[in-house]
Amino acid sequence: MTSRRIFLKSGAMTMLSLGFAPSFLARAAAAATGRRRLLIAVFQRGAVDGLNMIVPFGEAEYYRLRPTIAVARPGAQDGAIALDDFFGLHPRMRALKPLWDNKSLAIVHASGSHDRTRSHFDAQDYMESGTPGVKSTRDGWLNRYLQASAADPSPLRGVAVARQMPRAMQGKAPSLTFGNVDSFEVRGGMDSRQNFERAFSEADNPLLRGTAKDAFEAMRTLRTIGTPYRPSAEYPRSPFGQALQEIARVAKADIGLEVAFAESNNWDHHANEGSTQGQIAQRLDDLATGLAALSADLGERLSDTVILTMSEFGRTAAENGNRGTDHGHGNAMMIIGGPVKGGRVYGTWPGLKIDQRFEGRDLAITTDFRDVFNEIVTSHLGLSKDGIARVLPGYTPAQSLGLITV
Amino acid sequence: MRAHFRRPIAVLFVLVALVSMQNRASLAAGAADIPTDRAAVEHALNRLAFGPKPGQVEAIRRLGLSRWIDQQLNPSAIDDSALAARLTPLPDRPADIGRGAARNLSEQQRMEAQRRARQFSRQSVQTLAAQKLTRAIYSERQLEEVLVDFWFNHFNVFAGKGRSAGYIPEYERDAIRPHVFGSFRDLLGATAKSPAMLFYLDNWLSADPKAAEQMQQQAQRVRRRGRLGGAGNDMPPQNQQGPRRNGLNENYARELMELHTLGVDGGYTQQDIVEVARALTGWTLANGLDGGFRFMPALHDRGEKKVLGHTIRAGGGMEDGERVLDIVAAHPSTARHIATKLVRRFVNDEPPAALVDKVAATFTKTKGDLREVVRTLVTAPEFYAAEHRNAKVKTPLEFVVSGVRTTGREARDARPMLNALQQLGMAPYMCQPPTGYDDTAETWVSAGALVTRMNIAQQLAPQRAAEIGGPEFQRH
Repeated sequence: MTSRRIFLKSGAMTMLSLGFAPSFLARAAAAATGRRRLLIAVFQRGAVDGLNMIVPFGEAEYYRLRPTIAVARPGAQDGAIALDDFFGLHPRMRALKPLWDNKSLAIVHASGSHDRTRSHFDAQDYMESGTPGVKSTRDGWLNRYLQASAADPSPLRGVAVARQMPRAMQGKAPSLTFGNVDSFEVRGGMDSRQNFERAFSEADNPLLRGTAKDAFEAMRTLRTIGTPYRPSAEYPRSPFGQALQEIARVAKADIGLEVAFAESNNWDHHANEGSTQGQIAQRLDDLATGLAALSADLGERLSDTVILTMSEFGRTAAENGNRGTDHGHGNAMMIIGGPVKGGRVYGTWPGLKIDQRFEGRDLAITTDFRDVFNEIVTSHLGLSKDGIARVLPGYTPAQSLGLITV
Repeated sequence: MRAHFRRPIAVLFVLVALVSMQNRASLAAGAADIPTDRAAVEHALNRLAFGPKPGQVEAIRRLGLSRWIDQQLNPSAIDDSALAARLTPLPDRPADIGRGAARNLSEQQRMEAQRRARQFSRQSVQTLAAQKLTRAIYSERQLEEVLVDFWFNHFNVFAGKGRSAGYIPEYERDAIRPHVFGSFRDLLGATAKSPAMLFYLDNWLSADPKAAEQMQQQAQRVRRRGRLGGAGNDMPPQNQQGPRRNGLNENYARELMELHTLGVDGGYTQQDIVEVARALTGWTLANGLDGGFRFMPALHDRGEKKVLGHTIRAGGGMEDGERVLDIVAAHPSTARHIATKLVRRFVNDEPPAALVDKVAATFTKTKGDLREVVRTLVTAPEFYAAEHRNAKVKTPLEFVVSGVRTTGREARDARPMLNALQQLGMAPYMCQPPTGYDDTAETWVSAGALVTRMNIAQQLAPQRAAEIGGPEFQRH
C-alpha cells in the first residue's frame, strides 16, 4: 500500500513537472472530460480537541495541564506517533502516517477563527459562511466558490453527503445533498417521475422550482454511474466512512465534481474524553481510517484533489473537572492530497504557558482559517485573486503558507 | 334606607358587568380582526395545527375561527379522550436500573443490568416518538401539540447522548407540556431542574473547584474506611463509575443565555457565562444518574457573583441559581429572542419586525405569560396577512404529519413515518446540538430532500402521491 501511495505522489509530481500545472490548461482539459480539480471539505462538528489529535509532545506545559487525558510522548506505550521533534499524531491515527511520509499530508496547527465566540452554533456558522463575526452572511463559502468560479450551473459541481445541506454549501449556486448515490432517484417508475418533474417545473415558489430542476437533471447524470460501487480501499462502516465512500464514487465518475463536503460528528467531549482509549480515541480512529481509505480509493484522482479538515474551535488547553475539555479557541487543520506540500506542520506554535494562551486558557491562533481556505481556493482550485474577494468577503490575505504546489 | 343602599349596589353590578364584558371582548382576542374566509381557516390550521383533516375547514367555519382559536388556547377544556386509547404505552422502567440495586451484583449481573438500561432507554424514545406522531395526527388539542414541539425544540435535549433517552419521556411530560400555556419562568425552571437537561448540558457535573477537590479527598477517605454506602447526604455519588467533579462546567450556563433566554446577541459576556455557571453549581442529580434533581450544597460556589449587572451576594445556596433564572427570564433580550423565534415559526422565515415588537411587548407586559404571548401572535392581523400565507416550507415533521392528516386514513403504525423523518433528517428527539432543529426553508429544501419527499409521498399515501409529493403541498 505504501509503495503505491508513494508512486501516486511521484506520479502527481511528474505531471506537474511536465507542465500540466497551469490552471487555465487544467480547466480547459477538465471542461472537456468532466474531470475537475477537487476540494473535499470535512467538518468535525462539536469542536475536536486538536491538542489530542495533533499532540504537541515537545511542550511540557501540555502534560502539566492534562494530568489524565494527555497523549504520552513517542516511544512511551501508546505514545504519540512522531511527525517531527515536537508534534505527533494521536496513536489511533496511524492510518494517516503513510500520507505524512510521502508528503501528501500537511497540518496547520494553532489555526482557527479569530472571533472569540465559544458557541458551537456561532463558530460553525462563521467557519461555514467564511465570515467570522458577521452573522448576516446568507450563503456558505463553498457555494460562493461555485458562484465565482464558472458559469456552468450543474448541481453536480458541489455534493454534500449529509442528511441536510450544510451551511457551507447553501447559496445560489446549485449543489446536491444526499446520503448515497443510489438513493437519489424518484421511485414509482417513469410516469411518476415525469409527473413530478412537470408539477415542480410549474411551481410558483422559486426555491422549490429551482431546486427540483437541479434534482431531476442530477438524477439523469447520476444514473450513468455504475452500481454497486466497488471501492479500491476499505472504508470504516461508520456514517463518516460511508459518506467518504460516496464522495469517492462521484469523484471517480468524472461528472464535474469540484467541491464535496462530509461531516464527522460527536467531538464535543466535556466529560470523560479519554486519551488513547475512550471517546476521542474512537472518533479519531474513525476519522483517520476514513481519510486514509478515501485517499487510497481516489487513487490517481488524488493527484488533483485536496482534502481539508476543519472544526469550529479547539478546546481548553487544560482538562476540566470531568476528565474532559471545554470550549476553547485554536485548533489544528489537516490538508491531504497530491497538490499538498506535505510532511510539514505549518504555522507558528504560540506555546501553552498561561501568558501564551488565548484569554489565559486556550491555544492561541496564529493562522486565520481563511488563510488556509484562500490558498486552497486560489492555488489549488485556481480562482483569481479577484474571485477570492467574493468567496471570502472582508478578508485580506494575511500570510502565505505555501501549502500547495503551484 | 334599604332602597338607598340597593341602588348604588345595583349600579356597581352594572358597572362590574360592563367592565368584565369589556375585558372578555379584549380577551376574545381582537376577534374582529380575524378573517373568516376559507383560506384564512386553512392558513390557521396549517400553522396552529398540523394541517387540516378532511372536513375540518368547514367545521371550523361553522364554529367561527376566533372561537376555535380560543378553544385551542385553553386545551384542558377540549375533550381529547379518544387520543389516549391510541397511544402505545411507554415501557416500564426495569427495577434493577438503579445503582443502589446494582451495588451488590456480580460483574456479569451488572453488565446485564446495564444492557437492560440501554434497551429501556432506546425503547422509551422509540415509543415516545411514535406517541408524538400519534398526538400530532389525532389530538384535538392541536395548538398544544405544536407548542410542545416548539418548546421542546427550543429547550432541545438529544436522546443519543448516553442515558439521556431514559429521561426524555418525563422531560416532555413534566418539564415542557404543563408550561406551554403557563409562565416562561416556570418553563425555564422546569427545564433547568430536569434530569434530561442537567445531564445533556453537563450541569450535573459542574462544581466549585475548591469544594470538589475537598470532596474528592473526603470520598477517598470514606472509600478507604470501607463505608462507601454510608456517605453523608451531601456527598456526590462516588463509585467506580461515578463522576469525577473538580471544576466548573460552563456548558449549560452558555446555552441557557445563548439559546434558552437572551439569544446570541443578547448582550452577555464570557464573564457572565462563568458567573452563571458558578451560581448554578450544586444543581445536580440525586444518586448519580438515576435520581431526580437535587441541590448539593457541598458542590456550590458560595462566593459573590455578578450576573448581567446584578450582584448575587456571597453565602447563598440553591437560590443563587433561581436568582439567575429570574434575571435571564426578565431580561429584555429574552422577550425579543422568544418573540423572534415564535414569529419565525408561526409566520415567516423573515420575521416581520412590527409583529416581533408586538409579541415581545406582550411577553414583557405579562412577565412571560405564554398563553397571552401566543394569543397576541395568532390574533394579530399580520398573522393572516396575504404575504405570509403559504410563505413557509413545511419542515419534515409538518410535511409527514399533514400528509397523513389530509388523507384522513388510519395510521396505526408509526414506524413508516418515523423512517421518513429519519431520512429527511428530522427524527424526533434526535437533534444533537442544543440549537434544536432549524425552522427555515433553506435548511430543509435541497435537491436530495425533495426527491426524498416525493418518494415518501408514494409510500405513505400512494393514492394521492402526486399531490402530497408535489410542490403545493410542501408549502403552508
